[in-house]
Amino acid sequence: MREAGPPEDPRRELWARQRWRGLEGAFWLATLAPFVLFPAHLQLASQVAIAGLFALSLDLLLGYSGIVSLGHAAFFGIGAYTAGLIAKGGWGEPVSGLLAAAAVAGVAGYAASFIFSRVRHLALIMVTLGLGLLVHEAANKAHWLTGGADGLQGVRMWPLAGRFKFDLYGYTAYGYSLAVLVVAFLVVRRVVNSPFGLALRGIRENAVRMPALGAPTRSHVRTVCAFSAALAGLAGALLAQTTETVSLATLEFQRSAEILVILILGGAGRLYGGLVGAVIFLVARDRFSGLNPQYWYFWMGALLILIVMAVPGGILGGLARLAGSRRRPGARGPTASRVGSS
Amino acid sequence: MRRILIGLGSLAAVLLAVVPGGAQAPIKIGLIMPYSGQFADTAAQMDAAIKLYVQQNGDTVAGRKLEFIRRDTGGVAPDIAKRLAQELVVRDQVDILGGFILTPNALAAADVSAEAKKLMVVMNAATSIITTKSPYIVRTSVTTPQLNEVLGAWAFRNGVRKAYTMVSDYGPGIDAEGAFQRAFKDAGGEITGSVRFPVANPDFSAFVQRAKDLNPEAIYIFVPGGVQPAAIGKALIERGIDPKKTRILGQGEFTEEEALRSMGDGALGIITAFHYDYNHDSAMNRSFVKAFHDATGRDPNIFSIGGWDGIHLIYETIKKAGGKTDGDALIAVAKGMRWESPRGPVSIDPETRDIVQTVYIRRVEKVGGQIRNVEFDKVENVKDPVKARMQP
Amino acid sequence: MLVPLLGVLFDGFAYGMLLFLLSIGLAVTLGMMNFVNLAHLSFAMLGGYVTITLTQKLGWPFLATLPAAFLAAAAAAVVLERLLYRRLYRASELDQCLLTIGLVFMSVATAAYVFGTSQQPFETPPYLRGAVAVLGLRLGIYRVFLIGAALGITLALILGLEYTRFGTQVRAAVDNQRMARGLGIDVERRFAITFAIGSGLAGLGGALAIEMVGLDPAFALTYLVYVLIVVAVGGLGSIGGSFIAATLLGVSDVAGKYYVPELGAFLIYLVMIGLLMWRPSGLLGRRQ
Repeated sequence: MREAGPPEDPRRELWARQRWRGLEGAFWLATLAPFVLFPAHLQLASQVAIAGLFALSLDLLLGYSGIVSLGHAAFFGIGAYTAGLIAKGGWGEPVSGLLAAAAVAGVAGYAASFIFSRVRHLALIMVTLGLGLLVHEAANKAHWLTGGADGLQGVRMWPLAGRFKFDLYGYTAYGYSLAVLVVAFLVVRRVVNSPFGLALRGIRENAVRMPALGAPTRSHVRTVCAFSAALAGLAGALLAQTTETVSLATLEFQRSAEILVILILGGAGRLYGGLVGAVIFLVARDRFSGLNPQYWYFWMGALLILIVMAVPGGILGGLARLAGSRRRPGARGPTASRVGSS
Repeated sequence: MRRILIGLGSLAAVLLAVVPGGAQAPIKIGLIMPYSGQFADTAAQMDAAIKLYVQQNGDTVAGRKLEFIRRDTGGVAPDIAKRLAQELVVRDQVDILGGFILTPNALAAADVSAEAKKLMVVMNAATSIITTKSPYIVRTSVTTPQLNEVLGAWAFRNGVRKAYTMVSDYGPGIDAEGAFQRAFKDAGGEITGSVRFPVANPDFSAFVQRAKDLNPEAIYIFVPGGVQPAAIGKALIERGIDPKKTRILGQGEFTEEEALRSMGDGALGIITAFHYDYNHDSAMNRSFVKAFHDATGRDPNIFSIGGWDGIHLIYETIKKAGGKTDGDALIAVAKGMRWESPRGPVSIDPETRDIVQTVYIRRVEKVGGQIRNVEFDKVENVKDPVKARMQP
Repeated sequence: MLVPLLGVLFDGFAYGMLLFLLSIGLAVTLGMMNFVNLAHLSFAMLGGYVTITLTQKLGWPFLATLPAAFLAAAAAAVVLERLLYRRLYRASELDQCLLTIGLVFMSVATAAYVFGTSQQPFETPPYLRGAVAVLGLRLGIYRVFLIGAALGITLALILGLEYTRFGTQVRAAVDNQRMARGLGIDVERRFAITFAIGSGLAGLGGALAIEMVGLDPAFALTYLVYVLIVVAVGGLGSIGGSFIAATLLGVSDVAGKYYVPELGAFLIYLVMIGLLMWRPSGLLGRRQ
């Protein structure tokens, strides 16, 4: 049992966290399974990967920095529309469109961070909600640009690397989404286990005390907002490119709420939480709605309640307790009361 | 500990549960509709009509059995609709795609229809361009311009010279506004002003007050079905706008059954254009309405008739194609098809593959103590005017 | 110019009062126990459907169904609190969110299953229909009724909080929970009762909302956003704050749509963001 207190060598502690564990390797190996075991479900798998990436971006904000956002779909949608508009304008090359979309979303996140950093607790949640709703309404009004309620038409992607077409069967779609997810995950993993990542956790635990330590909180918040927004935009662009459709549904409050549920389900602040949550939520939804198209969300609601009552802290939280592993300091999800605490 | 295991165990059970496979059936039809969510009622009405047709006509056509696979989009979700269409084609190997209540979903699935060369029957979505997105699409419902351009021209012919328009600020609303204004102005009328309200608008009093300030001769209104027709109807009544003095014009959703019940006597005199009302006076419609009512306890509406004619088209094309189900065979037969529907005579335009039908002008009147839409004028053989203008 | 302005203000105030009734329960429970109850409007929906059922199937007069709506929602709250909510008082907000979202899903599905997915047609009793002319203004009678009911309830709440022992204990728990416990106040029990009353008020709000904004199974989700806005802007735990916030939002929404319809839905969100930036704890919320 390690004794409490600051670690002797912080750097070695961080390096130790960056080592890959067997379970992680098994997880990523399992993501290749759909190609072989479920080839008829590749489109679903692609959408799971996209949702996982989206949830990962929210985890950076919520799980690691303690910023609860109910409007994250705004960045998702901005990325989707950017990628869609680039393709519609004639440039259908996937990867460059993807990067451009992420950049635009990142800039939007940076701009939003100026507002986010001024409020905390419930006010912050409501401000994120408000901004998300505003972006949705703006996109609806600008139907000359976005196609309004009908969605963006004429999004046609060129084959990936000149060879892999985005077709009915979904091999390209899933391969592409998975590859982007892996790369993004590697980057996030590195960031989270770096001094910057520790600073973020500090902000989550006690934002008021951090400046007393000399940490530039405002600039950290801005950076993480921009980064998280860029990742969300990346996910949105992936959706636009793999489905060749973009609609206002990408900006809806429902999408923000859904991704929050996915993240909480899997366990926030645990890196893999968003991915696990995405798999569970989307597969469960697909199954339930196949069995009972009209009232599947009854069962979905029951499942959510069951999971919350049985495994508080998300699936990964429950698994961690099951495995009996003690929680390492800093690997906890947000537990302290964030809203209106005295 | 035990609770955790139970929780995780039930989760695993859910995910690994095998969906019971359908019976082996030669012809598979995939129905994509918003079975859940805020549009669930439209899907319920359409599905009920389809089930009724199958029950009345048997589920065997040209010697082959029909199997229906239903998939839920949950609302406006083109990415999900497209994925569902892809899965239906790749995983379930359907021969025909049907349903499609919402335009964005129909537009997204059109790509799949075109790539996989499958017949796609659009049973509700009303935006003109949908049928241009795939050479295998047929529509059996209506297009927004069909209704609103007819209304605009009719209004001028019947004495309205100036009109004020109020529509919801989203695709169908803007289409409707454009269609009405265009036809009205082409006929010689003048639009004195217009306003657009947000889509999910709960409270119309401000907008109605604005309209009242201008004291217009006629007001044209478009709102999506659901809670809004009654809400704006009541706002009109509250503000003292009398449909008998100021002409209130709109598309038929405005005076659908539930809205009329909520508006009461205040709705008398509202004039709408629509392609179907359950009170339509024909023997075929009366027996259709009775059968529908017996089966569901409700009266059919436009979603029901779109579904009814859609499934009828599927049956007829399969029969005429001799049991062949590839897209080319079916679409060739569908073009130019004519039949008598409970709504009146309909046909499929061979050039655009869109529906050609009669548009009825109705007024809200009290008949035998009941408030309902009464058809008093009509325009026959209306093609979709937007595509007609696109033809060389 | 003045007459339409007053008419707009009146309509906006009525709309605001509806939002107030729907939000008040959430403001108090959130302020008292920090419990994030996103299923708050499911209780409103229950109240609405109770009224519909009683008036349509059993022929009750509308006014008599209002207490029934209140009681039904309060009863449901008591049951759910015992079964589910009680276990998660100590849990993180995220888990509370998940639980209550699950409840919302289940309630929406149940409503759709039992009552069908279409909007419920509702016939207002004749004495509440139409409008009355007052000083050159046309005032909708139902709106007058709504405002009257809301003001009456507000008065009852304020009197209850000020002059009853229970009310004093609730105020203490809201102001400083730890202190209140230290003084021997059983906060959990007070909360359970407050929760029941708050949900009952939501049920009443739902019943009153049918005539103004309609009722369908999606109600629990559609208005959640507006209720959250009222609670956040008003300040947690503050009845007065919710009252002011609801009025402000109702009036600015209606006025905005009248004077600048192009802004449409934007205005309510801009107003909210602006107010929150200015006073992050809400207008009358406790300072952090």
